[in-house]
Amino acid sequence: MSHADTHDHDHDHKPKGFVKRWLMTTNHKDIGTLYLIFAFAMFILGGALAMIIRLELFQPGLQFVQPDFFNQLTTMHALIMVFGAVMPAFVGFANWMIPIMIGAPDMALPRMNNWSFWILPFAFTMLVSTFFMDGGAPAAGWTLYPPLVLQGGKNLAFAVFAIHMLGISSIMGAINVIATIMNMRAPNMGYLKMPLFVWTWLITAFLLIAVMPVFAGAVTMLLTDHYFGTTFFNAAGGGDPVLFQHIFWFFGHPEVYIMILPSFGIISEILPTFSRKPLFGYVSMVYATAAIAFLSFIVWAHHMFSVGMPFGGELYFMYATMLISIPTGVKVFNWVSTMWKGAMTFETPMLWSIAFVILFTIGGFSGLMMAIAPVDFQYHDTYFIVAHFHYVLVTGAVFAIIAGVYYWIPKWTGNMYSERLGKIHFWWSTISVNVLFFPQHFLGLAGMPRRIPDYSTQFAEFNMWSSIGGFAFGLAQVFFIWIVYRTIKGKGTTKATDRVWEGAKGLEWFIPSPAPHHTFQDGEPVKDEQLAHVSSH
Amino acid sequence: MSKVDSQTQRTSCPNVHINMAILTDYARHKEKLEGKKSMNKTTISCNKSLIGFIFTVFGLLMTSMAHAEYGYNLTEGVTDFSQEVYGLHMIVFWICLVIAVLVFGVMFYSMFAHRKSKGVKAAQFSHSTTAEIIWTVIPILILVVMAIPATTALINMEAPRQLDENGKVVVDADGNTIPIQMEMTIKVTGYQWKWKYDYLGEGVSIISSLDKLSNAARQANPTVKLEDVENYLLDVDNPLVIPVNTNIRILLTANDVIHSWWVPEFGWKRDAIPGYVNEAWTNVKKIGTYRGQCAELCGKDHGFMPIVVNVVSKEDYTAWLSDQKVGETVKVVTATNNNNDEVITPETTVAEVVAEPVEWTQAELMTKGQEVYNMECATCHQTSGEGMGETFPALKGSAVVNGSIEENIKTVVFGKEGTAMQSFGGRLTESDIAAAITYTRNAWDNTAKDAVQPEDVKKIKNS
Repeated sequence: MSHADTHDHDHDHKPKGFVKRWLMTTNHKDIGTLYLIFAFAMFILGGALAMIIRLELFQPGLQFVQPDFFNQLTTMHALIMVFGAVMPAFVGFANWMIPIMIGAPDMALPRMNNWSFWILPFAFTMLVSTFFMDGGAPAAGWTLYPPLVLQGGKNLAFAVFAIHMLGISSIMGAINVIATIMNMRAPNMGYLKMPLFVWTWLITAFLLIAVMPVFAGAVTMLLTDHYFGTTFFNAAGGGDPVLFQHIFWFFGHPEVYIMILPSFGIISEILPTFSRKPLFGYVSMVYATAAIAFLSFIVWAHHMFSVGMPFGGELYFMYATMLISIPTGVKVFNWVSTMWKGAMTFETPMLWSIAFVILFTIGGFSGLMMAIAPVDFQYHDTYFIVAHFHYVLVTGAVFAIIAGVYYWIPKWTGNMYSERLGKIHFWWSTISVNVLFFPQHFLGLAGMPRRIPDYSTQFAEFNMWSSIGGFAFGLAQVFFIWIVYRTIKGKGTTKATDRVWEGAKGLEWFIPSPAPHHTFQDGEPVKDEQLAHVSSH
Repeated sequence: MSKVDSQTQRTSCPNVHINMAILTDYARHKEKLEGKKSMNKTTISCNKSLIGFIFTVFGLLMTSMAHAEYGYNLTEGVTDFSQEVYGLHMIVFWICLVIAVLVFGVMFYSMFAHRKSKGVKAAQFSHSTTAEIIWTVIPILILVVMAIPATTALINMEAPRQLDENGKVVVDADGNTIPIQMEMTIKVTGYQWKWKYDYLGEGVSIISSLDKLSNAARQANPTVKLEDVENYLLDVDNPLVIPVNTNIRILLTANDVIHSWWVPEFGWKRDAIPGYVNEAWTNVKKIGTYRGQCAELCGKDHGFMPIVVNVVSKEDYTAWLSDQKVGETVKVVTATNNNNDEVITPETTVAEVVAEPVEWTQAELMTKGQEVYNMECATCHQTSGEGMGETFPALKGSAVVNGSIEENIKTVVFGKEGTAMQSFGGRLTESDIAAAITYTRNAWDNTAKDAVQPEDVKKIKNS
């Protein structure tokens, strides 16, 4: 197969001109690139908002922003990071890697693929434009709880329509992933031979299709409550403000797994490569992923322990939530066992992956602590939860994304990144991110509520540490842009080999670097010896 | 209430804020933890691994910091429930720490031992059913161990039963548990951005909002330095006062958006939701002043609606309550009679003083109105009346403020659905509302230039 592709390499029919190449593209690699660039831009924008937040929280008192604008910052930071940075980044990976990993020539629905990307810039332009409107951006938190969110001005309509567009984009992306994996696998690519990244994305795609419409429904009800006189969430009209929270978290909990399952996939690709050893417990990894996805649908109200649920409800949601630690534990144990007795080297992607396993697990521990409902009465809505979800989302999802970029960028660009700069980026980020988020555990336990622009002086010390860590972490990501730019331009780098990594297995390492514009067009059966997993289960 | 305000104190040095409560609690926790020898042994033996070492160093660093000034752990609190919660928190924390040390220990060992640079050749095993069963079953057992005390704690919050002195559940002749008896009920209502406390059955209500000093210090260009404010952002004008060792039912609701009532020392927070009445309870074991904050994002000034609870002896509480009842009378009287200097003795009845409603003069309304406006309205509409964008519209030149008196009163009394404008009818006296409206209709460049009497407000309120 690699012969055929090499042959194709020199005249790979890339469309000429910006519009034809990028705006009208139906090529999974180009669309993947667009997604990744867009996600990176949103990551920097969301990060810039976070920098203002940390600046204001650097010391007690109001120095830089007013409380109302502060609420806009926290709300938009979350919306941009969740829907603009993390999710599109994973769709970018899916576009680039899934067809290559299963030996497919492209995604199953290439035109829809184009559309699902090109909706995004418009959706976010709409959302971010609210900053410049009278009344400002949405300021009720990314959870958009009524009645508070209904007090906002016209930003609500903009936010709701932006969310609808994001939802359409996500659902189309998910349909594409499922259709591709189910129909486009090359001959001899059985389900249990697929790389774990493909498996985790397949399961993620089902989650997306299941919950994005629920979210769309919830925000539509907000819209009609605000503009058309319905009272879904207004107690005075017979509605129920808590109903929104149930609907939101029925979406929201699977949503957080949508952001972490593909990370599990990326890490499960990288650890075996640099351990030079097969992934431990491949099949149980697949089952564990499916189990986590299933559980994600039945634990939503653990976000609402302080809302005043009946005793039986609290008990059920506590037990169900605790159960999640079982399949998650299986994953962590499997990763450690993959490393065990391997022959490890510590290139940049491996460093990020190891940091992921450790720091994500720390986030998992605080998650388990919060599953205990009576104790969550204390933790809820404090900086403890802020620390928790930043451990799982920044040192979890974002670290996995960065690990994935370092791992596959030689394949994407044909150039090796600078190992020295990559390692500096890693240590700089890992140290600063812990200075940023670890003290937030202490702040929460000591009693600092989340989403406040100013705080009592007893919280000053840890907030200052957190802000210093935040600035350093933010700067490290600007440095990352520079590293990626240099790699793309081939400055101070070497040419990547086809295999790139000594221990790498999987179809992507048997095509040239950079990957040609079109791959796997011949429909030849894949060879077992090229695959990382040839499970006989 | 200064005699009971002993829980939270500061040293004389203005820049060092030592929370005595946290410090003493911390010392107690430390003794307790060191008493748990088995736990301690585990951590010491794990110090051998790198991660254990890191945790220890970090822990020591944090310990020293905490000793110096700041809290870093959950409070043990002053109720049975909060202590149970604290115990659970520590149990789960230690379990997590032990698991972390084991898992990360194995990982770090592997990273040092199984390196290619050491000439290791990679093993090629890829699964072990035995191992996978072990690391599925053991975590399940650990979860069961956690779930048992967690369930008990949840029962103690949501369906509290009578316990004897040894903490055993009391049962009646049929073997049924007996729910505990609540001795009094307080209704907590969340407003943007203050709390209202109703002592049900006593006819006493308190409105509790951020104290004036904190409020001045938290402005963008503060006139007061926040370092000079004792309990910056954690102090209120009128604290909630409750008796010690009393089962108190706390009902929670809200007037506008969702708030959450949280005093960490009591061990729980509970949302106050418009249209709902949530129920919680507490029984505080120690006299003192306890501070908390709103814990659910409720808009612009979410960070500025603290909670202060004075827990006093039962005798002091009874005395305070009867003072309050007189105070309530006084408040009604002064509001209606507009004679602040008149000496009203506790014996004076309402009927005596409220002979007949008095017409207020324009000047009186304006003076009083400005005061009320700056207290109640200026957070959103601004002292200048210019508002803040679309959400908090300007009153200067506003159609409502310059329009019909009736519409104007209705807006203030009933609020405006679907906007941040809340209803003030239940919260302010009629004269306060009348004065504030009069003020806005005359202030700045507004053209109405008329006066609104408490009677006008009363008519619309009762319509």
